[in-house]
Amino acid sequence: MSVFVNKDTKVIVQGITGKTALFHTKQMLEYGTKIVGGTSPGKGGTEVEGVPVFNTVSDAVKATGANASVIYVPAPFAADAIVEAVDAELELVICITEHIPVLDMVKVKRYMQGKKTRLVGPNCPGVITPGECKIGIMPGYIHTKGHVGVVSRSGTLTYEAVHQLSQAGIGQSTAVGIGGDPVNGTDFIDVLKAFNEDPETKAVIMIGEIGGTAEEEAAQWVKANMTKPVVGFIGGRTAPPGKRMGHAGAIISGGKGTADEKIRVMNECGIKVAETPSVMGETLIEVIKEKGIYDECKTH
Amino acid sequence: MNIHEYQGKEILRSYGVAVPNGKVAFSVEEAVEAAKQLGTEVCVVKAQIHAGGRGKAGGVKVAKNIDEVRTYAEEILGKTLVTHQTGPEGKEVKRLLIEEGCDIQKEYYVGLVLDRATSQVVLMASEEGGTEIEEVAEATPEKIFKEYIDPVTGLMPYQARRIAFNINIPAELVNKAVKFMMGLYTAFIEKDASIAEINPLVVTGDGNVMALDAKINFDSNALYRHKDIMEYRDLEEEDPKEIEASKYDLSYISLDGNIGCMVNGAGLAMATMDIIKHYGGDPANFLDVGGGATAEKVTEAFKIILSDENVKGIFVNIFGGIMKCDIIATGVVEAAKQVGLSVPLVVRLEGTNVDLGKKILSESDIDIVAAESMADGAQKIVELVSK
Repeated sequence: MSVFVNKDTKVIVQGITGKTALFHTKQMLEYGTKIVGGTSPGKGGTEVEGVPVFNTVSDAVKATGANASVIYVPAPFAADAIVEAVDAELELVICITEHIPVLDMVKVKRYMQGKKTRLVGPNCPGVITPGECKIGIMPGYIHTKGHVGVVSRSGTLTYEAVHQLSQAGIGQSTAVGIGGDPVNGTDFIDVLKAFNEDPETKAVIMIGEIGGTAEEEAAQWVKANMTKPVVGFIGGRTAPPGKRMGHAGAIISGGKGTADEKIRVMNECGIKVAETPSVMGETLIEVIKEKGIYDECKTH
Repeated sequence: MNIHEYQGKEILRSYGVAVPNGKVAFSVEEAVEAAKQLGTEVCVVKAQIHAGGRGKAGGVKVAKNIDEVRTYAEEILGKTLVTHQTGPEGKEVKRLLIEEGCDIQKEYYVGLVLDRATSQVVLMASEEGGTEIEEVAEATPEKIFKEYIDPVTGLMPYQARRIAFNINIPAELVNKAVKFMMGLYTAFIEKDASIAEINPLVVTGDGNVMALDAKINFDSNALYRHKDIMEYRDLEEEDPKEIEASKYDLSYISLDGNIGCMVNGAGLAMATMDIIKHYGGDPANFLDVGGGATAEKVTEAFKIILSDENVKGIFVNIFGGIMKCDIIATGVVEAAKQVGLSVPLVVRLEGTNVDLGKKILSESDIDIVAAESMADGAQKIVELVSK
């Protein structure tokens, strides 16, 4: 078991003929992900990396039975790509694209209400269940199969956490990058719920950053509902207020969204927060040792 | 992206939102000429900088005649204003807005902003105009009224009406206030604003509802579809290094420290600043080279870091995903060749194509301290710059 993706997930790549998409399609195929098709309007009927290309997502779904898609199309066209995938009734849509205008996402989010599709991202590294399925841009080799769930607003900090865990002999059940934009599809609570219900996941690392209040809300949810230990990290403790730190959502405005406030609430809710980004793994290990589940989590 | 008050008012005017008549002036003579053209007895001379708190800092003056316009324009133009938003170094005033005075009966606050928790635009308003909305929210949250806007319908007139009644706009002016808010919302959506704050919105003695100030920011991700807004960009308001970085799509923010940072990914870039601070150092910048950068862009990024004379050492911290380590390595080597490297350089590489990246670095003749992890790298660079 795992969350969101597994060895049976059949994926189409939207915008498969783009340079970035091609590189990562290759990487995903090498990892063993079932990439069953791609789309590129006007290039239907051709093939890249041995994968059939279709003009539209609905054509691709009909022909391949895909249940997930990953989006690499440029920002001006990304909202359209997401809606096309939702319209084709895919179960899961992962949008890697960054720099999508936020008002486009406001519309997309409204459109998705009541639909069955789960959107992960945008502006995210994707989702990986080690040894089974990698959808996105994360380097596959740092992951090992195991029992720790990782959820993060930052791509590279996810890699950092995963790498630290793997080096310490602790594998991951699934790592989910929810993205650094202010409006996204799947939030911390959605992923925490899924990890809570997943029998393979024994503990969770949650990585947040400055801006908004999603971490505080997630921490309250953890306090009320989570049966598994959660540790955390918040990036941007030293970020100056009023400055957008790269991610569209990473900004302290009007005194709101500071790292200190998030850390305070997380601590209050029983989430141990790593002092520095280099001890995310260590902090998790301390906690699972305290809870007596270290041996179950250790990769044999 | 930020724009000036007078530019914001130009946009609002084009959407039928009432604003006082006014003109921008770049010199004292232009200011006097503008005041003459306005022809009103009382004029307001307003400093145009990209920061709030101008009034308190002496950047807004009411002139009762043309002589006073001249006196105040001379006083404010070229002056460095220090407000709570400019930082201690302040901002030099290079533009003035000369605006007709108006008979203010009462001040209100109206603002549009994205609410992240609901993924909707929210219209906020308060009877307490003129003060910072955060202060009102802190002290008297019951005085702030909100309407969440469904993107399917847009702001509906009943919502604007409800706001107008809630903040006690005089009954006979409610329709004008509704027209004002509807226009403001249309401008916000059509121009891809990220914030539009009217503080204060005023009701005047002659029965008008007007924007006395206008703070509008735009979603930088949407600027590609707003060439007209791009033209409002005032490069003199921005840090030269940040301008240079933006030419290469690099996300760069100047800070006060002496350790230059080059990182991929915003989260890791922030965390790198945090860990440098943790080990007693001080970052000189935030720099996310992004995922799609080429070796040329990495070279430019490196040059921008080195152009900061405070920089006494550089820490490159890369965890390749979409960004490949060999591209970073090639860019770093090229930059070091082009500009010469006079400060210590610590490099930590991990992720996609890491072996190739390390090979490129070790085969070059630049003096590089390799780091095994980000903690190791941070400790090493802090130690090297403190020597």
